[in-house]
Amino acid sequence: MRALARPAQYAALLLYILFLGFPLLWLISASVKSSRELNSLTVSLLPQQWHWENYVEALSRQGLVHSAWNSLVVALVATAVVVVIALPASYVLARLRGKVRAAGVGWILVSQVFPVVLVILPLFLILRTIGLADSLAGLTLVHVTYMLPFALWMLQGYVSAIPVELEEAGAVDGASRVTVLRTIVFPLLAPGIAATAMFSFVSSWNEFFFALVLLQSPENYTLPITLKMFIGGEGKVALGPLAAGAVLAAVPSIVFFTLLRRRLTSGLMAGAVKG
Amino acid sequence: MTTPTLAEKTKAAPQRRRGTLVRARRREAIALVMPSLIPILVLSVAPLVVALALAFTDARLVRNPDYEFVGLDNFGRLAGNSFFWDSLRIGLIWTVGVTVLQLAASMGLALLLNSGLRLQGLTRVLALVPWAMPPVVVAIMWQMIYSANGGPLNAFLGSLGLPDDTNWLGDFATALPAVILVGVWVGMPQTTVTLLAGLQQIPAELHEAASMDGAGAWRRFTAVTWPSLRPIVTSITSLNFIWNFNSFSLVYVLTEGGPGGRTMVPILFTYLEAFKNRNIGYAAAMGVVLVIVIVLLLAIYLRSQFRDDRTERRG
Repeated sequence: MRALARPAQYAALLLYILFLGFPLLWLISASVKSSRELNSLTVSLLPQQWHWENYVEALSRQGLVHSAWNSLVVALVATAVVVVIALPASYVLARLRGKVRAAGVGWILVSQVFPVVLVILPLFLILRTIGLADSLAGLTLVHVTYMLPFALWMLQGYVSAIPVELEEAGAVDGASRVTVLRTIVFPLLAPGIAATAMFSFVSSWNEFFFALVLLQSPENYTLPITLKMFIGGEGKVALGPLAAGAVLAAVPSIVFFTLLRRRLTSGLMAGAVKG
Repeated sequence: MTTPTLAEKTKAAPQRRRGTLVRARRREAIALVMPSLIPILVLSVAPLVVALALAFTDARLVRNPDYEFVGLDNFGRLAGNSFFWDSLRIGLIWTVGVTVLQLAASMGLALLLNSGLRLQGLTRVLALVPWAMPPVVVAIMWQMIYSANGGPLNAFLGSLGLPDDTNWLGDFATALPAVILVGVWVGMPQTTVTLLAGLQQIPAELHEAASMDGAGAWRRFTAVTWPSLRPIVTSITSLNFIWNFNSFSLVYVLTEGGPGGRTMVPILFTYLEAFKNRNIGYAAAMGVVLVIVIVLLLAIYLRSQFRDDRTERRG
């Protein structure tokens, strides 16, 4: 029985690896296959011929690079704004007990319950009234609001992990509150801030729904929207370039998440366990 | 009130000073919270209030909107809209299916990752991939996996001598299960990471004590692991339930609700009502019903969890 347990565990682990990893592997394989091979009936993971032209074709397609640029601008601006406004608030959430904290944490949870489709209706009307409906500025604004609860949640977890005694020691030495925050709290928070920023960036870069509703003109499309239009249109015949574009779109997110790995575990748990 | 004694007077002074300090700190806290609070109020709370109000109007998505308050009309119409209730039923199958399978699959993986096997680094990185990927890319990828001709899934089944011509996303019978599997794939990482962190907090002595008492693997799981994980399981399951119920992009790109509405989850249905049929008042009413449904189901789930907790503690 005991002797059997280990091999069985390894077999199960391999199945998990296959389940989790195979789809991505297949996408990458499709991105380097020629359309002739993709349409043939012989199915194999390794391409008969490496067809890198798919990437060239995906990149030269107008729209893809332009919309990647749009995605980048929206994600960078939204991330910067989210971190700057969430940082002070998360400090208060973590340090103050009682009603403020309860209200803050309560809102973070409640905001998850409301379906985005309900939130977008009035937002769409408001943004249209001020002329920002079909614009990257409007989308950035919506992304900020949508990412804020999670950023607050993550950051307040990291703040809670910093012992209050450190701040008190600074205060005893005569440092003002602002000095304490600047010289003691923020430096210790730096890794947490980086993690929150990366997480926010990926959320915005990947975001699909708000972009779908808000952006009407092709020159404003973000990357996910351009890819979606591609599937509906020529993607059926140009599977290879579609796969190549999809791989390129996923690369930044996967790189950031790999960097985030350790932080993600501790950061989310800091919130989850104490909350 | 009697006149304060001397001792009370001297105590009152520092108290007053503490009072101003508290006030100063409160002012400081408000200043720190403001930058977050204003966008939340303007772009989140206010729109929600407007959305609730919209649900009682006949608003349409047109250039010069001109709408009237129609009371409960939208809800009355909705009660008779069998398409909406069908989509709610599909949405519940999707939500419960994905949430339960996610928990089971993630629990298995978390236990494996916590038992000192090799290949852990690889598995942990792989386990994050689905979480990181844009939903659109996930959908493109799985469309290729499920492809009726030349898809690897059918090729694999064919090599086992099973039927290899199933149109997984296009067939009435298989579309919803196929989409649910993708939902499980996407949601596994977050659940696994959370459960794994919970597992690592269980003191090893508990397991040792249980093994010394002769408990086997299963008995150790039910007697030590599961009870210690309970709070974490409850919170991650509640969150998964909400997230899955509200998820839109994956199903939208995979099937657009097809074939024949078999994967028309309610969020998608509401989206189409608002932005294709342009009835935003009616769509807002649907959104409100969805919020009510999800809050009710969560309340029932959390109540049952707390009741179990109490009986367990008593027993």
